[in-house]
Amino acid sequence: MTNHYIDLKNTDCALIIGSNAAENHPMSFKWLTKAREERGARIISVDPRFTRTSAKADIYAPIRSGTDIAFIGGMINYILRNRMFNEAYVRKYTNAAFIIDDRYDFKDGIFSGYDSKSRKYSSDTWKYKTDSAGQPLKDETLQHPRTVFQLLKKHYSRYDIDTVCRITGTPKGVYMEIADTYAATGARGKAGTILYAMGATQHTVGSQNIRSYAMLQLLLGNIGVPGGGINALRGEANVQGSTDMALLFHLIPGYLNLPSAAPQYATLASYLETETPKTGYWSNKPKFMVSLLKAFWGPNATKDNEFAYQYLPKIDPQVNYSHISVFEALYEEKIKGMFCFGQNPVVGGPNANKEAKALGNLEWLVCVDLWETETSTFWTEKAGARPADIKTEVFLLPAASSVEKEGTVSNSGRWIQWRWKAIEPVNDAKSDGWIINSLFKRVKKLYENESSPAAAPIKHLLWDYGDSDEPDIDKVAREINGYNVFTGKQVPGFAKLSDDGSTCSGNWVFCGMYPEAGKNLSQRRDNTDEGGLGNCLNWSYSWPANRRILYNRCSADYEGRPWSDDSKLIWWDPAKGDILKGEKGKWVGLDVPDFNAVLAPAEPGGTNPFIMLPETVGGLFTTKMKEGPFPEHYEPWESPVNNSLSGVQLNPVVKVPKTAMNEQGSPDRFPIIGTTYRVSEHWQAGQMTRNLPWLAELFPDMFVEMSESLAKARGIKNGDKVVISCARGEITTYALVTKRFKPLLINGKQVEEVGLPWHFGYQGIATGEIANKLTPHIGDGNTMIPEYKAFLVDVRRAV
Amino acid sequence: MAELAMCVDVSKCTGCRGCQVACKQWNGLPAVKTGFSGSYENPPRIGGDTWTRVRFIEKEDSGKMRFLFRKEQCMHCTEASCQAVCAAGAIQKTDRGMVVFNDDRCVGCKNCVVACPFRAIGLSEETGSSRKCRFCYERIENGMEPACAKACPTGAISFGDRGKMLTQAKQRVSDLRGLGVNARVYGENELGGLHVIYVLDDEPEIYGLPANPRAATAGLFDNWLHALAGVGVVAFAPFWLIFRERGKAPDKSAGTEVDGNA
Repeated sequence: MTNHYIDLKNTDCALIIGSNAAENHPMSFKWLTKAREERGARIISVDPRFTRTSAKADIYAPIRSGTDIAFIGGMINYILRNRMFNEAYVRKYTNAAFIIDDRYDFKDGIFSGYDSKSRKYSSDTWKYKTDSAGQPLKDETLQHPRTVFQLLKKHYSRYDIDTVCRITGTPKGVYMEIADTYAATGARGKAGTILYAMGATQHTVGSQNIRSYAMLQLLLGNIGVPGGGINALRGEANVQGSTDMALLFHLIPGYLNLPSAAPQYATLASYLETETPKTGYWSNKPKFMVSLLKAFWGPNATKDNEFAYQYLPKIDPQVNYSHISVFEALYEEKIKGMFCFGQNPVVGGPNANKEAKALGNLEWLVCVDLWETETSTFWTEKAGARPADIKTEVFLLPAASSVEKEGTVSNSGRWIQWRWKAIEPVNDAKSDGWIINSLFKRVKKLYENESSPAAAPIKHLLWDYGDSDEPDIDKVAREINGYNVFTGKQVPGFAKLSDDGSTCSGNWVFCGMYPEAGKNLSQRRDNTDEGGLGNCLNWSYSWPANRRILYNRCSADYEGRPWSDDSKLIWWDPAKGDILKGEKGKWVGLDVPDFNAVLAPAEPGGTNPFIMLPETVGGLFTTKMKEGPFPEHYEPWESPVNNSLSGVQLNPVVKVPKTAMNEQGSPDRFPIIGTTYRVSEHWQAGQMTRNLPWLAELFPDMFVEMSESLAKARGIKNGDKVVISCARGEITTYALVTKRFKPLLINGKQVEEVGLPWHFGYQGIATGEIANKLTPHIGDGNTMIPEYKAFLVDVRRAV
Repeated sequence: MAELAMCVDVSKCTGCRGCQVACKQWNGLPAVKTGFSGSYENPPRIGGDTWTRVRFIEKEDSGKMRFLFRKEQCMHCTEASCQAVCAAGAIQKTDRGMVVFNDDRCVGCKNCVVACPFRAIGLSEETGSSRKCRFCYERIENGMEPACAKACPTGAISFGDRGKMLTQAKQRVSDLRGLGVNARVYGENELGGLHVIYVLDDEPEIYGLPANPRAATAGLFDNWLHALAGVGVVAFAPFWLIFRERGKAPDKSAGTEVDGNA
């Protein structure tokens, strides 16, 4: 989230799309309910199915799964055509005025620079036009035909309301109502928030879905203001924290790229040269990288050995290491062993039949979980396997639950909150820290007498978290923040990190959380709310630098005054500067400024709020996305219709799977759209809830939700057992026939959609078939996040 | 001491069922073995081991979909039918308006179960006695709110002085009416005044609440006993049926309602 949960109470309008916030993030509705009650906020729910969120919304619109870009593109077009955007904001705080290279072009679904053979773009033509000094050319009147603004307008002019509604299936009347209601947040002093979750991200165009939301927010001036923002409601309590700590295959902690074996990453110097932009705050990247290497290898990281840069594993630039790719590699017998920490891919992974089969190619599998899962029992008869045929040796390590261990959890709003241990772990259960610590100490011992180069990174790794098996978690926290390696003193904040090897920091974004000995700010529990926005600056710690609302320079106008009295967040106070230091004033207010605190609005850069981007303004146009500078609608891999907007059916940069056990279904055989989701009462792959009787009684069985019209057409009654089939397999479950699913009119054709909760499996008390047996192995073009939300199925009554 | 009450605002309820689980957890109630119910509703009814649950109602009004949620539990009636028909003297009303059962005195005759106009009492298989919501009185005695209210993420459940709850409910109704919602307070005067006050955004019957609940009386119960004794039959069903009919709301949403209670 750019903002945070409590800040939802400050909104004038919440657009909930790709999220079922009321069911999956119930606390969000504490604050949205407040916004509604106290500010008269409007809530919009866009979802293929009428959910518990829709029940609490002022406006509900159905949408066909996988058509978000069409939906948002239509809104962008509507807002631009009717000049409903926030003009002052767009002019200065975004790159709308920047002029684009003459070679940039877009024709029939394809941007300039595409190579159909490799299915990749070269971004050479997606560039700003620059003057002789290399500075981008601009036209702040926004009239020049090659400005980002005019190109944006042209691109989305094709997204007229009729076309969009034909694609999304949204009735035109309600679409117009949403466009008008949400566009009203573009007015000065008004704020709209977009809430999204996996309904938006888990698509072949997942990343571009989110980008389209962000662009809409920029156009309406909704980023960096109270009650605004682009807000990912993360899928687990600590997903934000695990992302920050780089539980992603391409990153190391603090959103630094993992080097690959490509030439530009051959040395630390070339890594830093490649990865460090000349402008923007990321120009400090060398300080973050060197401090991280110092945290990893301590005294063994020296200036002379590139701070042990060569000890970092380098990924193969030709290989993708995402979830799908790992399981494809497993299937092809390329991986010998696997640790599964709190993961249950046999239920939660896409194409679950294939993933279960792939596990059988492992020599060993270690599952770390609270209960026996479908993954740790994939080899049993209960799983439909023949134990004698499976050679994998499976270990199950009992894990401590969240209340049985100490550490931090970072919520969606980036608040790092310490949690204390409430009770001792049950029986032999151990914390993850205990397991990793014990494991690594033993591994290190095994390499003690090895002198090979491969042994060096392990032998030299700084691992000093105490003598007991349970690591000293306070020491871990201190290292994540960082300290001066000579004095041992904590680093007070990331601005004090250095690239000369004098500081270490396990994650620069967390630097400042533990600024001095005995002062772990994540343990703060003072909920005093100065100013009433809910920022609660003395409650835990919010990265970066305890900022609660990112890009908050945007909350003030060019001169540094709040856009309106009602939306005060930070402002420029000329009286507050330290004259002795030559300061002309200071940014002050109800949040930590996400800006140079003493840079006056009138000074160069004084109106450039997006300090993390090289151009320091919001990117309506970008070179960073693999599919092109503007999000474009493409159909899901399995879709019932042809793309109405271009001749390009599928996202042109996704990797098209041509592997075994991953057949593509066609609409003639599988005419119904399938999607998956969660319910309030169960959690993820279910191991933590299907084993609890009180939760199991609420939803004791797997089911499929379908419309009355589909049920009627297939002779199905509520409560019947039905078979859901797709090209990759089928499952049998109960039918829940409901008015909350309605057929959609797509391009003049009536299309049905059915929905399956993906929590179920055969372990535990509440059991049912695995929905992910139906989802395919295909991922997003940028991230490879699996397409869980749109695929093709058929439905029949079980005999 | 002032009477206490719970206010349930259905317009703020998201149907998450946190209240259902919190109730079971605080009161140590066992899970019920349930099956697929055909809706989100489960367990299918209030019972000795399920003291509160959320009803889910699907309704379509001139093409506009509605998905309604109502938490149900003992209403702690001033004119408490359960107390009136309890021959064992196991049911008492406290001076704060709560209706409490004494497990030790309950003989498990089920009179209260059938007399309750809201069907909010059940016989526990575990104890063999009638059980129901107790407003978590040990929590209240210690200055805390009931477990369900504590767990509610949206503020749909509040608890406190009955006068305050009524004022709050009326204010909310007035706000909702200002937004064009067909809102009303339920529980102010019904059965002498309930201690669960609802803010409803539609007619009570749509939420499965009787518009004019009537209390069972001990006199009526005696008459029945005499009649039954006269024919020499100890039959429970007729009595049960009568009160069930009395308590049952005319179902205005018939035909459009998917109700797991059915």
